[in-house]
Amino acid sequence: MLDQFDNRLDPIFPPIERARLISTLTPLLPADGLIVKAEGMRVYETDGLAAYRGMPAAVALPRDAAQVRAVLKACARLGVAVVARGAGTGLSGGALPSPGCVLLSLSRMNRILSIDPDARTARVQPGVRNLAISEAVAAHGLFYAPDPSSQLACSIGGNVAENAGGVHCLKYGLTVHNIQKLDIVTIDGEEMSLGDDSLDAPGFDLLALMTGSEGLLAVVTGVTVRLLPSPTHAQVLLAAFADVRHAGEAVAAIIAAGIIPAGLEMMDRLALGAAEEHTHAGYPTDAAAILLCELDGAEGDVGAELARVATVCEACGATRVRQARDENERKLFWAGRKGAFPAMGRLSPDYYCIDGTIPRRRLPDVLEAIQRLSREHGLAVANVFHAGDGNLHPLILYDANSDGGIERAETLGGAILELCVEMGGTITGEHGVGREKINQMCVQFTAAEIATFFAIKAAFDPAGLLNPGKAIPTLARCAEYGAMHVHAGKTAFANLDRF
Amino acid sequence: MPERPRLPISTASDLAAPARVLAERVREASAARRPLRIVGGDTKAFFGRATDGERLEVAGHRGVTDYEPSELVITARAGTPILEIEALLAQNGQMLAFEPPVLGAASTLGGVVASGLAGPRRPFAGAVRDSVLGVTVLNGRGEALRLGGTVFKNVAGFDGFRLMAGALGCLGVLLEVSIRVAPTPAAERLLSFDLDWPRARRLIGDLMRRPTPLSGAAHDGGRLHLRLSGAVGAVATAAAEIGGEAGDGDFWFDLRHRRLSMLTEPRLWRLSVGRTASLPDLPGQWLRDWAGAEIWLTSEARPEQIRRLAADAGGHATLYRGARPGEAVFAPLSDGLMALHRRLKEAFDPAGVFNPGRMYEGL
Repeated sequence: MLDQFDNRLDPIFPPIERARLISTLTPLLPADGLIVKAEGMRVYETDGLAAYRGMPAAVALPRDAAQVRAVLKACARLGVAVVARGAGTGLSGGALPSPGCVLLSLSRMNRILSIDPDARTARVQPGVRNLAISEAVAAHGLFYAPDPSSQLACSIGGNVAENAGGVHCLKYGLTVHNIQKLDIVTIDGEEMSLGDDSLDAPGFDLLALMTGSEGLLAVVTGVTVRLLPSPTHAQVLLAAFADVRHAGEAVAAIIAAGIIPAGLEMMDRLALGAAEEHTHAGYPTDAAAILLCELDGAEGDVGAELARVATVCEACGATRVRQARDENERKLFWAGRKGAFPAMGRLSPDYYCIDGTIPRRRLPDVLEAIQRLSREHGLAVANVFHAGDGNLHPLILYDANSDGGIERAETLGGAILELCVEMGGTITGEHGVGREKINQMCVQFTAAEIATFFAIKAAFDPAGLLNPGKAIPTLARCAEYGAMHVHAGKTAFANLDRF
Repeated sequence: MPERPRLPISTASDLAAPARVLAERVREASAARRPLRIVGGDTKAFFGRATDGERLEVAGHRGVTDYEPSELVITARAGTPILEIEALLAQNGQMLAFEPPVLGAASTLGGVVASGLAGPRRPFAGAVRDSVLGVTVLNGRGEALRLGGTVFKNVAGFDGFRLMAGALGCLGVLLEVSIRVAPTPAAERLLSFDLDWPRARRLIGDLMRRPTPLSGAAHDGGRLHLRLSGAVGAVATAAAEIGGEAGDGDFWFDLRHRRLSMLTEPRLWRLSVGRTASLPDLPGQWLRDWAGAEIWLTSEARPEQIRRLAADAGGHATLYRGARPGEAVFAPLSDGLMALHRRLKEAFDPAGVFNPGRMYEGL
């Protein structure tokens, strides 16, 4: 499994004497700011991708940017890898400790520093929870738009590292579209601000480059987020389809009609059945798939546009279309969707969530192809995903205690991601590459592109100490992976020796 | 089935003919350490510091390569005229959300992205880099790199494609760009008010605290101009609430395309500042766009004074047009940031051949 790092294929740093590491870090942090005992470090062994585990050499819990700076400088001097961690909810193993690393948890930097309702911004520390921002600014009639499903727990620093999305990003954008300024510390301990109070910054757009860089370039110690006025009205429509293809076609047709829903989600039969049992949202369990389409805006406009959505869905073969009766039912429809992941526990002991994006027009073909792969690999797949963005979340159902359970799930997951690339899409829409999808990067990118990513990393972190072995595969890894991986009749990276 | 089959390694051989020639020229230039001046339509040659170098013309590499309106994405070669792209989008009820200023019919997609300039809709609909989903770019080795892709949600690899927006060609030669597009709003209303800036700023502030369908807010020194765009009901309701006189379409066209007389001044400053910041008066002409976050200024004040003014307002100043030889155009970077810029430049352009000095001296 990929939680095992490999000296030949991953950048691994020679271990240093643990006593030396501890004695160096201890004076830099508050008394309770350094964890070195195994039982204390256990919770940091894994992130949201619980199948992957690793033990750090120590866990540092700084309370401010100066302590972050001190820890980074010390690690740079000692040649020790640093893995930054927010709330640990990430699904791609991005915060998985690499061998001998210092795990840098930003969870204690969790204060909202200021809110400026006129400028529609808030300055927050990286450990502030995503939802806490919207809660803190709600009294001003404002909200922070990106809303990953983990928003109750996930932190804004982690959101920046992953360029997190959510249900509403089709209309309101991803993290990169909703932040204005970042304070960062480089591995050398240099503090920098990317962006200012204005809408752009001189020079290269480092704010955008930093967003989604998965902890490989620098550590975020402060975030200024942009806020939006809360919409006055929202309404959701549920459309049921007897054929998954028709649901997929309706997604493209809604967008083609010039409508940008605030959310456009799809669930297939397996997913909606489990969700219905779990939440009792009133979903039609006899449908092959349902779409939830939410619009927000002025009340009259929402009503008129939802009527158009209903017409489009019916033209695409919807068997039933209805709006939520009232605000309670609207919330119930969404509660069912949000509860869909936990509901999988009713179907299977374990599930493995995949995160590819494809062009919308490919949805019908890809959903069929996933069903075919599911049969071939002998593992059931439930689909519940951000259809409006073409961002798939196939949930592979498996049993970790059965023979080769997780390995089989990983193999099927890899095949689905490669299908996404083949269809003109990407191996990750919002969960990040992390450790999990490191091999599939070799399918999506060429050797020259991967070399460019390493060169970008080296510009920030010449020694490669920040989150090594994540997000970008070494060319050696790609060669190894390519050797066993024959794709469309061609061996990926067959020409590696040219580089 | 695959739309755009990938080769294991990007080589010039999988590029269209003009791009192959470009790649060859880049390799030769890098080998000889001979600077190149990358040119699209050459309509924004005034923007940035003067750069010597052999002209590398990209305009011959043109054409829309993929456009399916339901995907909300258009992919085109960098030399495609921007007007051609906008016309195609308009036929399908779509538009570029960032409203690029078009300074001449020859203006190309690549130039629009490389300059990173956006029009009045920017505070409400995002910047150029917010719309760029992917690029194919030639690095200094003449390798075609495809960064990003054609889908909106894509977090694989660093966002090198967003880095290209506003980089003024200093990192590479754009060959192809995928851009997210937006549906054209169903309704639009232009309003105009006789208000001085302090009162105009208060009104804008009030409107922006609520979900108002604003798509433009500019102040020309004497009048506030508002543009509302969106769903029919929301626009009608907001227009009735806000009041004012009917606005002037020419004003918005001329503002966007930099044709207002003050925007054609031979020496022109652009201040990008915090929208709610107060700035001291400085003799000269003032024009505010982006709800107050972008200020156009003609002033004979010393550059350091103007840069200080912008920095105190939480932003930075750019000498948009009329820099004298050797004069700085963009706000100076801290030593740390400049060092980072140099290393990033080297990552893409090791021989330093792409538009050297156009953004900063020595970069």
